[in-house]
Amino acid sequence: MPAVPAQDRVNDFAIKIATVNGTGSASANSLLMKAIFRSGIPVMGKNYFPSNIQGLPTWYEIRVSRDGHVARSGRVDIMVAMNAETYGKDVREVAAGGYLIYDSTWPRPALFAREDVTVLGVPLAQLCNENFHGVRTRILMKNICYAGVLAALLDLDPARLRDLLAETYAKKPQLVDSNMKAIQLGYDYAKAHFACPLPLHCRPMDKTAGHILIDGNTATGLGAMFAGATVAAWYPITPSTSVMDAFKSFCEKWRVDPATGRKSFAFIQAEDELAAIGMVLGASWNGARSFTATSGPGISLMNEFLGLAYYAEIPAVIFDVQRVGPSTGMPTRTQQCDLLLCAYASHGDTKHVCLYPANPEECFHFAVAAFDLAERLQTPVMVLSDLDIGMNDWMCREIKWDDGWQADRGKVLPLAEIVKLEKFHRFLDKDEDGIPYRTLPGVHPKAAYFTRGSGHNQFGAYTEDATEYQIVVDRLVRKFHTARSFVPRPVIEMAAGRTDVGIVAAGSSDGAVREALAVLAGMGVSANYLRVRAFPFNDEVDRFLDSHRLVFVVEQNRDAQLRSLLTLETPVDKSKLRSLLHYSGLPISSSFIIEGVLAEVAPKPLRSVGPAHGA
Amino acid sequence: MTFIPKPKVRNPSLPRNDLGLTRRDYEGALSTLCAGCGHDSITAALTEAIWGESLEPQNLVKLSGIGCSSKTTAYFVSGGHGFNSVHGRMPSIAMGANAANRNLHYIGVSGDGDTLSIGLGQFCHAIRRNLNMLYVIENNGVYGLTKGQFSASADIGSKAKKGDVNRQPPIDPVLLAMNLGASFIARSFSGDKAQLVPLLQAGLRHRGFALIDVISPCVTFNDHEGSTKSYAYTREHYEPVVNADFVPLQREIVADYAPGETLPIVMHDGSRIVLHKVARDYDPTDRVAASAYIQARLKEGEFLTGLLYVDPTQKEFHELNDTPDVPLNSLAPEVLSPGSRGLERILARYR
Ligand SMILES: Cc1ncc(C[n+]2csc(CCOP(=O)(O)OP(=O)(O)O)c2C)c(N)n1
Ligand code: SF4
Ligand SMILES: [Mg+2]
Repeated sequence: MPAVPAQDRVNDFAIKIATVNGTGSASANSLLMKAIFRSGIPVMGKNYFPSNIQGLPTWYEIRVSRDGHVARSGRVDIMVAMNAETYGKDVREVAAGGYLIYDSTWPRPALFAREDVTVLGVPLAQLCNENFHGVRTRILMKNICYAGVLAALLDLDPARLRDLLAETYAKKPQLVDSNMKAIQLGYDYAKAHFACPLPLHCRPMDKTAGHILIDGNTATGLGAMFAGATVAAWYPITPSTSVMDAFKSFCEKWRVDPATGRKSFAFIQAEDELAAIGMVLGASWNGARSFTATSGPGISLMNEFLGLAYYAEIPAVIFDVQRVGPSTGMPTRTQQCDLLLCAYASHGDTKHVCLYPANPEECFHFAVAAFDLAERLQTPVMVLSDLDIGMNDWMCREIKWDDGWQADRGKVLPLAEIVKLEKFHRFLDKDEDGIPYRTLPGVHPKAAYFTRGSGHNQFGAYTEDATEYQIVVDRLVRKFHTARSFVPRPVIEMAAGRTDVGIVAAGSSDGAVREALAVLAGMGVSANYLRVRAFPFNDEVDRFLDSHRLVFVVEQNRDAQLRSLLTLETPVDKSKLRSLLHYSGLPISSSFIIEGVLAEVAPKPLRSVGPAHGA
Repeated sequence: MTFIPKPKVRNPSLPRNDLGLTRRDYEGALSTLCAGCGHDSITAALTEAIWGESLEPQNLVKLSGIGCSSKTTAYFVSGGHGFNSVHGRMPSIAMGANAANRNLHYIGVSGDGDTLSIGLGQFCHAIRRNLNMLYVIENNGVYGLTKGQFSASADIGSKAKKGDVNRQPPIDPVLLAMNLGASFIARSFSGDKAQLVPLLQAGLRHRGFALIDVISPCVTFNDHEGSTKSYAYTREHYEPVVNADFVPLQREIVADYAPGETLPIVMHDGSRIVLHKVARDYDPTDRVAASAYIQARLKEGEFLTGLLYVDPTQKEFHELNDTPDVPLNSLAPEVLSPGSRGLERILARYR
């Protein structure tokens, strides 16, 4: 990207903090991020952490964006280098004109010899050793101390930091004082030794009103509680575990009868993912709203049961927080690599409803929608977020709840209807929408039927008869077609002027695509944008693909899975689909998309651009 | 399997249970198993036990995995919902179903392959959770449905129909359940209806995981000379150690038992099982001693049968979970959602 003069970059820069995991830096980083957010300035925070508990390099990236861009830009303006092991790599990453802050207790002038970067040394260890006791405390405080340095350099109000600490440590007030002391040490040192604030700094705005900072997994767990889920079964796996943690802690607060201590939920840690999905199926079959959360390896294990659920028409909600594959892959890095796996999970002809939330707010609403869809359609619904959405704090619109909402429990025959029946037939397409009626155990003997994954006819009886078998599986195709009109529609954004270039993306690529579109528009390249939010695709997706000459499909996997799904499931001419594939494990950046588009579409000189420089 | 409805002739002379229902009201679809298959006898015993217990058919949930044995859930009580799941994974389906509605009766029917090979993990974990269900293993030492391969319960030295001899030690579900802390453990034989029916009834009433391992000969693949799970071998080597009489709450104990040989066990609902100890020195309430006794007899090639261990006080899943009496699938929406005002409060810390 072209270099921008620093003075234009108030509220528009990125900080990267390089530390070691398990040293308390996480609280310093979220403190900084929240302080910026509370100053009314849009902010993004992303954590790049290792699959390990303590002692390996970790980075945290904070992007301050007055224009509200919530993706990685691909550039780093300020590097806080707290990990000597990664100094070399960290120094190289700073953009020209940027800053590097490091612990100068041990001066390293040779390492930081970059003329285009301003190096600011702060003796963090020394300051903390002089002011705190105990090895562990000193390490923790050193990490809080750099937050104070940044507060001074960025012009953040220390009082706001104190308020935030008071909220965080409401139950341990002594921690507020010690943390604040460390912040003040850094703050005062920076004020005394550097020209504060830096040209890149924060100035309060009012652009975060009506927004919250929340991670997608918390929002998902919250959505599951609001949807009325009562049976949650899972096997721990990064990055999905916090979905379950969130559901449990919300339920412990809101679903426990204060008088009796009885819990209106069952929270079951299964022995593996096969059991977890089995429990979900058993519970859903028996009329409870039930879900599991997992990641790629778990979905692989769940395949057999997912086929049963599809064929025996049992509702189920599965949250897949995607991480880097194949196999164990990189468990703490992000990707969108389970799109095909989920769409066609299990052997035989199967297709599954998938939802693709793009941010925590959608994680919440899609969680609720998933339960409605699963029961309406009597089939598994998979919600595919990813590590980036799931585990990072995102600024998103405040989640709203409509008290008029009623769960869609689908076609479950009540007792009054059952007694009127001559005989109950489980798989008849009475309404010609492909969705049959079901009954629950414990209601009436007439409603009883036999659920099986083996061949069955439309009456629910076992069959090996070709015609009887086909009647059922052909109806399942109709049901999937019906699903098109129930699932969330795509979000389409048309460019200001006419263009025959389109961009299609899904899920967490959204922020980067939007920023790329804005930057590209500024360069005279305009494109329309469609964000797919569900599988099966509905007609709008077909029309969008049809009406563009060239369509970039932006996704975060190596094999162009979204593009494959589009070519398989829509009539699109695949020669016009161009893949922009980002699969490093880091969240996609806007610059990656911009470069990819510019490689195919030449920028046009803008009419508004002034006369060229030079003689 | 046939779904041609059998004419339900009301025969006024047929005995009726407390609900006024006859045994016919507890029948299922016609069996498609081989004639003489042990599994069919177990189906008959189950039908008898459920009828005798006067369970409402619709309150019965029948669960199974895959195998000849697992098919049998279709062959009794067609008024109860059935769920024929996938191979070896029935316990997880049962766990979920039971979590959703604690007020129904859950009967799982499985095979030795279904439980002890592919499903061993889920079986163990259902025991750990003391899932409230009756779990019947129809144990024939082979995979019937896939045509006679040895299963994990095949004994050392047992001979397959085609001549192979099994050299690996068996996994004994009874000993395994003893070790895992199961709260109700029994063994029986498909050919001994008199022993099996009361055991099934006691298992149905037991609050917690009730395991009954039933030796159930496969006439097609494992009933020959040299098999240790044939009718002949079983009759010879299975030895009742504790017989059970199940005494429902409302009935009196009428029989007269010699003191020292009987042991009444009070179930959680007040009903009783009266155990007749055939072996005087066997104590089915002492897990360690009972295990040792069973193992000692196994060494001599004798399989003890009857109610081998019972502890009606062990807490089952819902008691441990503190779930309300109202089933989770029937809770009012107000109980489940904090509403918009609740959400406001929840989100305060994310602002
Ligand atoms: C995942 C999977 N693998 C293999 C099979 C094939 N299979 C069906 S039944 C069975 C064995 C059943 O043995 P058991 O549980 O002892 O039942 P039995 O037929 O002896 O009553 C096998 C291996 C299957 N259905 N599913
Ligand atoms: S093969 Fe064996 S287990 Fe299967 S039905 Fe025949 S006799 Fe029974
Ligand atoms: Mg078998």
